[in-house]
Amino acid sequence: MNEDLNAWLLALVQTGTFVLLAPLFSGWVKRVKCWLQNRRSPSLLQPYRDLWRLFGKETLVSYTASPLFRIAPYIIAGSTLLAAAVVPLLAVNLPTAAIADVIVLAGFFALARFFLALAGMDVGTAFGGMGSSREMTLSALAEPAMLIAVFTLAMVASSTNLSTVINHTLADGMVLRPSFLFALLSLILVAMAETGRIPVDNPATHLELTMIHEAMILEYSGRHLALVEWAAQLKLMIYGVLIANIFFPWGIATHLNGSVLFIAVAAIGIKLLVLGTALALGESMLAKMRLFRVPAFLTLALTLALIGLLSHIILEVN
Amino acid sequence: MLNQLPLYQQAILTLAAMILFSSFALLAQNRVLAMIHVFAWQGLLVALTTTFVAYDSGAHHLYFSAALTVALKVLFIPWLLHRLVRRMGIDREMHEVGHPAMVLMTAAALVIFCYYVAQPIHQLSTSITRNTIAISMAVVVLGLLMLITRNKAVSQVIGFMSLENGLFFAAVAATNGMPMVVELGIAFDVLVAAVIFGVFFFHIRDSIDSLDVAQLNQLAEHDQ
Amino acid sequence: MNALQFTLGIPLLASMLLGLFGQRTWAKTFNVWTAAAGFAASLWLAWGILQNGVLGGEATQFYVDSFNVYLITLTAFVGATSALFSRPYMARERASGRLSDGRMRLYHSSYQGFLFTLQLALSTNNLGVLWVAMEGATLATVLLVSLYRTPGAIEAAWKYFIICGVGIALALFGTVLLYFAAARVIVDPDQALLWSVLARHSSEFDPVVMAIAFVFLLVGYGTKVGLVPMHTWLPDAHSEGPTPMSAVLSGLLLNVALYAVVRVKIITDGALAMHPVAHNPHLPGYLMMGFGLLSFTVAGLFLHRQQDIKRLYSYSSIEHMGLITFAFGLGGPLATFAALLHMTVHSLTKSAIFITVGHASHIAGTQLMANIRGLIRTQPAVGWGLLIGTTAIAGFPPFGVFVSEFLLLIATMKAQPWLTLPLLMGLAVAFAGLFRHLHPIVYGDAPEGQNPVQANMWPVAVQLMLVLWLGLAIPAFLARWFDQATLLISGEGLL
Repeated sequence: MNEDLNAWLLALVQTGTFVLLAPLFSGWVKRVKCWLQNRRSPSLLQPYRDLWRLFGKETLVSYTASPLFRIAPYIIAGSTLLAAAVVPLLAVNLPTAAIADVIVLAGFFALARFFLALAGMDVGTAFGGMGSSREMTLSALAEPAMLIAVFTLAMVASSTNLSTVINHTLADGMVLRPSFLFALLSLILVAMAETGRIPVDNPATHLELTMIHEAMILEYSGRHLALVEWAAQLKLMIYGVLIANIFFPWGIATHLNGSVLFIAVAAIGIKLLVLGTALALGESMLAKMRLFRVPAFLTLALTLALIGLLSHIILEVN
Repeated sequence: MLNQLPLYQQAILTLAAMILFSSFALLAQNRVLAMIHVFAWQGLLVALTTTFVAYDSGAHHLYFSAALTVALKVLFIPWLLHRLVRRMGIDREMHEVGHPAMVLMTAAALVIFCYYVAQPIHQLSTSITRNTIAISMAVVVLGLLMLITRNKAVSQVIGFMSLENGLFFAAVAATNGMPMVVELGIAFDVLVAAVIFGVFFFHIRDSIDSLDVAQLNQLAEHDQ
Repeated sequence: MNALQFTLGIPLLASMLLGLFGQRTWAKTFNVWTAAAGFAASLWLAWGILQNGVLGGEATQFYVDSFNVYLITLTAFVGATSALFSRPYMARERASGRLSDGRMRLYHSSYQGFLFTLQLALSTNNLGVLWVAMEGATLATVLLVSLYRTPGAIEAAWKYFIICGVGIALALFGTVLLYFAAARVIVDPDQALLWSVLARHSSEFDPVVMAIAFVFLLVGYGTKVGLVPMHTWLPDAHSEGPTPMSAVLSGLLLNVALYAVVRVKIITDGALAMHPVAHNPHLPGYLMMGFGLLSFTVAGLFLHRQQDIKRLYSYSSIEHMGLITFAFGLGGPLATFAALLHMTVHSLTKSAIFITVGHASHIAGTQLMANIRGLIRTQPAVGWGLLIGTTAIAGFPPFGVFVSEFLLLIATMKAQPWLTLPLLMGLAVAFAGLFRHLHPIVYGDAPEGQNPVQANMWPVAVQLMLVLWLGLAIPAFLARWFDQATLLISGEGLL
C-alpha cells in the first residue's frame, strides 16, 4: 500500500517536473542557438517570465470566433499534459505506465493537433487557414513514418507499451541494432517536423507566409496564448525525452529508491542537455526548406523507418 | 538473440542495413555528383562489411577482396565517373527521377520479395551472414530498378555498378567470398566495363548530342 | 596440355600484338594467319582428345571432354573463315575512309580477344572463370558493334552492353548461389566451382537452392543466347556492327552461352533427380523448353516484318537457338543428339550466310532488302551462295539442319506429341519468312549499274559443303563425340 502510494506520488511529481521543466528546455535551446550565432542570449528563465506575463494579460477574442476558439487551448494543453504524464521521464514501471502505449501517445498528439488546426481556421483569417492546412498536410506525411518507427520498436520488444520497450532495451545492454538505428534517425526527423523546428518550420519567424505552427496561433492572446505556447514547449520536451529514454535508457530508475531516483534525474538532465545542444546545432546548420520540399524530407523519414522495420524482420529475427 | 552476438557481428548486420539504405538513397538521388558520392559510400560500406566478415570467419583472402573493392569501387570508378561527368559538363545537371514516391514504394516491395525468395537459402546457411543474403539480393534488384527507372546514361551506369556491388556483397554474405581467381577476374571485368562505359558516354553524346538514352530508339520494331 | 595452351595462347598473344600494330596493312593478313594457327592448334587438341578421351582430370582448371572439344574446333574454324572474309572487307572499309587507324587497332585486337574469351569459356573447368570469360566476350565486342559510330550503331551497342550486362550479372548471382550450394558439400572451397567435381557430387546439393540458381543462370546466360524475351539486343547488335562481327557473334557467341547453360543443367538435373522441387524433377528441362519454344515462335513471326537483311538472319539465329534450347530442354538421347548436331551445323551455316550477306550488301551498296535485287544475275557465286545457305538454314534436306530438325521432331513426337504441331508450324512460318524476302533478292531484276565485286566465296563453299556432309554422313569420330556428350547430358547414349 505504501509502495503504491509512493508510486502514484512519484507519477504526479514526474508530471509536475515535466510541466515545470518544459520552458527551461526551450530556454536552453534558445541559449545554445544564440551562442552559436554569437548573440547575447536571454536568461534561461525568460520563457517562464513570458508565460507569467501572458497569463496576466487580457484575452482578446474576435467576434467571429466560435466557442471552440475558447475551449481549444485547454484541450490542447490538457492532452499534451496527459501525454507528458504517460512518457517515462524519471522512472519506468510507474502506475501511469499502464496507459503508456505508444499508439495512445500518438493519439494524444493527434488530438492536440486536431484542435489546434480547428482553432486556426475558426476565426476565418487567411493566415490561420493556411497554417492549419499546412500543418495537417505535414502531419499526414509524418504520421506514417512515426508509426512505422514505433512499430519497429514494438516488434523488437513485443509490446507497444513504452515501459516494456524501455525495460527490454535496458535488459539487453549495449546492442547495436540496425532497426533501432534507423528508427532513431526516422524519429529525429519526424520530431523536427512535428514540433515545428527548422528545417520544417522556423519557430522564431515573424513572416506570416512562412509560418506553419505560428500561423495557427496568431489570433490567440493572454492566457490562451500562454497555454498554447506552453503546450508547444511541452511537446518538444516530450519528443526529446522519448528519443533519449527509448534509445539511450541507461540511468532511468527501475525501482523507487532515493539514490536511484537521484541518478535518474541527473541522467535525464544530461541527456536533455545534449539533445538540446544537438537540436540547436541542427537548427543553426540547416536552412528552412521550402514548403514543397518538406514532403521529400518526410519521405526520407518514411524510408528510414521502412528500412528500420525491414532490417528488423530480415536481419534480426533468427 | 541479437544481444548474444559479439559486437562485430552486430556491426555486420548494421552495415548491411546501411548498404540497403544507400541503395534507396541512390534510387532517390537527382543530382549526378551526389549519385556518384552515394555509390562510393556504398562501395565503402561493402568493403567494411567484407573486412568484418573476414575477421569473423577467418577467411583471410577476404581482406584482399575488401582492399580490391576499395581500390575499384570506392576510388577508381567514382573518380573515373567524376572526371567524365566534369569533362562532359553535366555535373550540374539534374537527372530527375520519374515518380519518386512510386519508385520508393516499388523498392520497398522488392525488398520484401527478395526476402521471400531468399528464405530457402537463409534456412540452409549457418554463418552469421545468412541474414544478409536477402539484403544482398535486394541491393541487386534495386540496382536493376535504378537501371529501369532512369533514362540518362550516367544514372543507368551507376545503377549497373550498384548491381555489381550487390553481387559482390552476395558472394561475401552467402559463401565467404568466391575463390580468388574468380574474384580477380570479376574485378578486372568490372574495371574494363567501367572504362568502356566512359568511352561510350562520349560516343553517345557525339551521336545524339545528349545523354538521354530514351532518345536512342531508332531501331525499335516499328514500321520504318 | 600443350595443345590447349596453344589454342588459348595464340589468340591472346595476337590480341595484344594487334593492339599495337592493328592499323598496319599487314595486320589483316596477320589476323588471318593467327586465326588459322589457332584452328590448327584446336585440331591438334581434337586429335589429342581422340587418342586420350579427356584432357584434364578431376580437379584441374581446364577440362576438355567430348562435349566441348568439337565446339572449340568449330570456334577456331569459324574464327578463321571469318578472319579470311574480314581481310578484304576491312581493307575496303579502310580505303573508303570509314574507319580510322585507332579503330582498326581496336577491331583486330578485339577480334582476337573475342576468340580468346570464347575458347577460354569453352575449355575452362571453373564455372567462375566461365562467367569471367562470358563477360569478357561481351566487353570485347561491344565497342565493335558501335564501330561505325552512326546513331543506330551506338544505340545497338548501348542496348547490347546494358542488356547483356544485366543478364550476365544475374548469371553471376546464379553462380554465387551454385557455389553456395556446392560449398556446403565439397570441403575444399577452391574445388567447389570446378565443373567436373560438381557433376560428380551433384546429387548431394540442396535442390531448392539449385533450382533458384538454375533459374538465374538460365535467364542470365539465356540473355546472351538470345532467348525471348531477353533477345532485344540481338537483331540490333548483329545488324549494326561490321559483317565479320555479325558472323562470329551469330555463329559462336550464342553457342558458347548455350553450352554454359547446358553444363549447369547437367549439375541441376543431378541435384533434382533425388529430391524434386515442386514435385517436378524436370524443372530445368521444362523451363528450357518454354523459353526455347517462345523464342522459336516469336522469332519466326518477326522474320516476316524485317526490312534489313542482317536483321532477317539474326532473327533466324534467335529462332534456331530457341530450337536448340527446346531440344536440350526436352532431354532424352534423341533430342540431345539432335541439339548437339544442330549447334554445329547452325554455326557453320549462319556464319557462311553472314559472309555472303556481307558480299551482297557490298554489291547493292545497302543493307535494306528492298534495294537489293538480282544477285544471281550480277554475281552468280554470291547469289547461289545466299540461296543455298538459306535453303540449308531453313531445313531443306539433305543439309545437316534438316537431319537435326527431323531428329528433334521424332523426339518431340515420342515425348510431347502435342508440341510437334507448333514446331512444324513454326518451321513453316520461318521458311516462308526467309524465302519471301530471299526470292526477290536473288531472282529479281538487277538494277542499273550493279557490278560484281571481288568476293572470295571459298570459305562459304567449304562451310556449306561441311554442312552437306554432316547431313549425309556424320564422320565416325564426330558421331562418337556427340554420343558421349549425349550420355553426359541426358544420361543415356543414342548409338
